[in-house]
Amino acid sequence: MDFKGSDTIPGPRAEDQLPHTAQAAAKIVIVGGFGVGKTTMVGSVSEITPLTTEETMTQAGIGVDDNFGSATKTATTVAMDFGRISITEQLVLYLFGTPGQQRFWFLWNGLFEGALGAVVLIDTRRLEVSFDVMGRLEERGVPFVVAVNSFPDAPRYAIEELRTALDLTPDIPIIECDARRRASSRDVLMTLMRFLHSLAMTGSRP
Amino acid sequence: MTPPQRQRRDPAPEPPPPQEGEGKVRNPERMYVVAGPDGERAELDLVTLIVARATDPPPSASPEQAAVLRLCAAPLSVAELSAYLHLPYSAMGVLLTELLTAELVQARAPIVRKQRTDRSLLEAVMNGLQRL
Repeated sequence: MDFKGSDTIPGPRAEDQLPHTAQAAAKIVIVGGFGVGKTTMVGSVSEITPLTTEETMTQAGIGVDDNFGSATKTATTVAMDFGRISITEQLVLYLFGTPGQQRFWFLWNGLFEGALGAVVLIDTRRLEVSFDVMGRLEERGVPFVVAVNSFPDAPRYAIEELRTALDLTPDIPIIECDARRRASSRDVLMTLMRFLHSLAMTGSRP
Repeated sequence: MTPPQRQRRDPAPEPPPPQEGEGKVRNPERMYVVAGPDGERAELDLVTLIVARATDPPPSASPEQAAVLRLCAAPLSVAELSAYLHLPYSAMGVLLTELLTAELVQARAPIVRKQRTDRSLLEAVMNGLQRL
């Protein structure tokens, strides 16, 4: 790395560069409460060290929701960690870890509207922190699966007990995972993809 | 121990189409537009891929523009640019709009969820995940 003058900003490492053939990217959103393991999950499957992007909410509100922009004077910074998986030479998948207790992240331009789907990561010690985000995904018609990050000291519920508590329809997959393990996190993403595929087959959802 | 109980929500009804003169009619499929003569901001997604058309910045380029051109020698998402440049997403939009208008960079539109997501796309993603 030999930069001159103002070129002091480090970019991706050579091995982290996408090929020139990369034509398009898609995104998946991982949502959940603080400390539930979103960044851990992103990091365990990402081919790059997770990066962080920020947005200041008063700016994000402009042009998205005029009332929000004019009614809010204080700026809130919301950070999102994200990672990347190269699927083919042409296709790239990005994973965004987003705090679930924030109602503001729906103002991120098209983040949820454009996402293929979402993983709601839950911790059974604090189930209720995921309630609001699930409701918001339902309202927006964003398909999601639920992944239970299995912490050792967390109460264990049977899947059907969780389904009842979370008021989820029988078609929505609920799986246990260990977000620290790549194979486990990969299985969560596979579950989401299979679910999206089944929706595409039946056309039963948006 | 009984877990806390949630109540499912229904999809929100489609918002009514904007009336004549009530703001711009926005096409939800279109993920970016090059800024028009009135200097409006480009519509970019976090995962729009940006590629420099030429890596040598013109002498008129600002340091930020030069940095984007250097970073985008290979395709890079708007989110990655925002992270490397430590610029908020919305500030990236302004910077990239200038570069798109000056035709110094190219934007590759993202794949977004549709009414019926392309099954072959999902199958490609599953195959890619299998190889992880």
